[in-house]
Amino acid sequence: MKQVRRTLEFLLKAIVLLVFVFPFLWMISTSLQTLQETLRFPPTWIPASPQWMNFVTAMNAGPFLTYAKNSVIITFSIIVLQMIVMIPAAYSFAKYRFFGKEILFSMVLLAFMIPGQVTFIPVYLMLADWGLIKTLLPQIIPFMSNAFGIFLLRQYFMQIPQEIIESARLDNAGEFKIIRKIMIPMSMPALATIALFSFVSHWNDYFWPLVMTDSAGVRPLTMGIAMLRETEGISNWHVIMAGNVVLVVPILIVYVFASKQIVRAFVYSGIK
Amino acid sequence: MDKKLIWERIRPYVMVLPAMTGIVLFVMYPVLYLIKLSFYKYNLLNKDKSKFIGLDNFTQIFTREDFYRTLANTVVYTVGVVVLTMAISLLIAVWLNKKGRFNAVVQAGIFTPHIISIVSIALVWMWLMEPSHGILNFLLKSVGLPTSQWLQSSKTAMISIIIVSVWHNIGYYTLIIVAALQSIPPSIYEAAALDNASKSKMFFKITLPLISPQLFFILIIMTIGSFKVFDTVKIMTGGGPNGATTTLVYYIYEFRTNSIGYASATGVVLMAIIALLTFIYFRLLSKKVHYQ
Repeated sequence: MKQVRRTLEFLLKAIVLLVFVFPFLWMISTSLQTLQETLRFPPTWIPASPQWMNFVTAMNAGPFLTYAKNSVIITFSIIVLQMIVMIPAAYSFAKYRFFGKEILFSMVLLAFMIPGQVTFIPVYLMLADWGLIKTLLPQIIPFMSNAFGIFLLRQYFMQIPQEIIESARLDNAGEFKIIRKIMIPMSMPALATIALFSFVSHWNDYFWPLVMTDSAGVRPLTMGIAMLRETEGISNWHVIMAGNVVLVVPILIVYVFASKQIVRAFVYSGIK
Repeated sequence: MDKKLIWERIRPYVMVLPAMTGIVLFVMYPVLYLIKLSFYKYNLLNKDKSKFIGLDNFTQIFTREDFYRTLANTVVYTVGVVVLTMAISLLIAVWLNKKGRFNAVVQAGIFTPHIISIVSIALVWMWLMEPSHGILNFLLKSVGLPTSQWLQSSKTAMISIIIVSVWHNIGYYTLIIVAALQSIPPSIYEAAALDNASKSKMFFKITLPLISPQLFFILIIMTIGSFKVFDTVKIMTGGGPNGATTTLVYYIYEFRTNSIGYASATGVVLMAIIALLTFIYFRLLSKKVHYQ
């Protein structure tokens, strides 16, 4: 009886797992099918001979090398810029007392709550005024201050004992040396969390590039893939799925190697 | 010596300066700019021809039928996504809460969609939901159920989008709830078991109250998040068919080039709604959090 129950429970879990994983398997299978196979009924589960040409067709439908390069540049610039801006700010909020600190910090928290979906029109007009729309900067600089990151890192810095900092100061270490030699190494888990979170959300972003770009040269992969449907027509699902695989696989690989950290990054950001 | 003292006084400000510059430039100032734009009939080609029209954009918003339709769509979407996601995540979390290798695999599996771009998710689901060759209709047919037009019909388009969003969200909220469940001390359950409490009684009298702060938190972020829905709509339906899936952000997006003033005013309305929701929830949350 207990055995039956356990088997049933295992099966049920396997079904739940399948519901979440199957669409991706189906995407991969479709990406290797011929057009005839995608139209067949019942569906082709495993393509008779994998059509690797679908990937070539997808990649030739637009300047995909440019898209990919843009995605990489945008994502990594954001992460580096955020680190440069965030670390000193978090240190100052955590370890110094100064006039106006509460007001400034509440502005950080407020910034955390105002979404880009509300402010994109004025930000666009502003960046257009500065003549930046044809560059990658509109997709990078609006994200320089990561409010959530400053908040999380400040919490982390506050837990680092004051005694360690004081004794470093007695040894005549400057504040930037303290940040470099003590704060950063001791808060690596938090920094990695923030970096991973930024990576996933900006690599996957679609809304911001959509409203901030008007030419192919500055568009990222997400937009390139979304536009495949227009260039390839709505029925060429095998080619569209091939493009889609290109977008999904890098993230999936990162997930396989860093799933624990990624999950922690997301749960952290959720629990505050 | 004096110089050093001055430096020590201004040092904190220097260190927060870049961060504050970013926040003022790309969040605070745009909010004020947005409010200003909402009072104008803005001319994109010739800024000097922009005209101050007071509250006209807002009177227009509140007298236009398509705005109310959009608002109703957004509310339907939000309620649908929040209710379904909360119920299913809670169910799965309670079920997969026990530590074990297979449970961990299932948890990682259902979390996967959450790290994938909505672009990919939307495209894959469009393919699954394709009316004549999609696999969902094949499955329905093979078990003898009627097939659906999914995204192609104004009757089913919104529910189709809700299904995709729920599927995308569940893994994340399940993980948050699992974390909350695991922070409940086992001794409470042991004591209840000694008193012969039934399983359902334990769930409603112990588990639910103890994780209620996290559930409230999920309610806030999911409600606010759902009010901002855009990507799924843009890719899967383009707001159609017949405006059946036009949500607030999509509505703003549509007006962003031709009627900047009107789009901005709608943005102000959206901001007000989000602020109000946050406020209400924090009031509720501060009451509920106490009994932990």
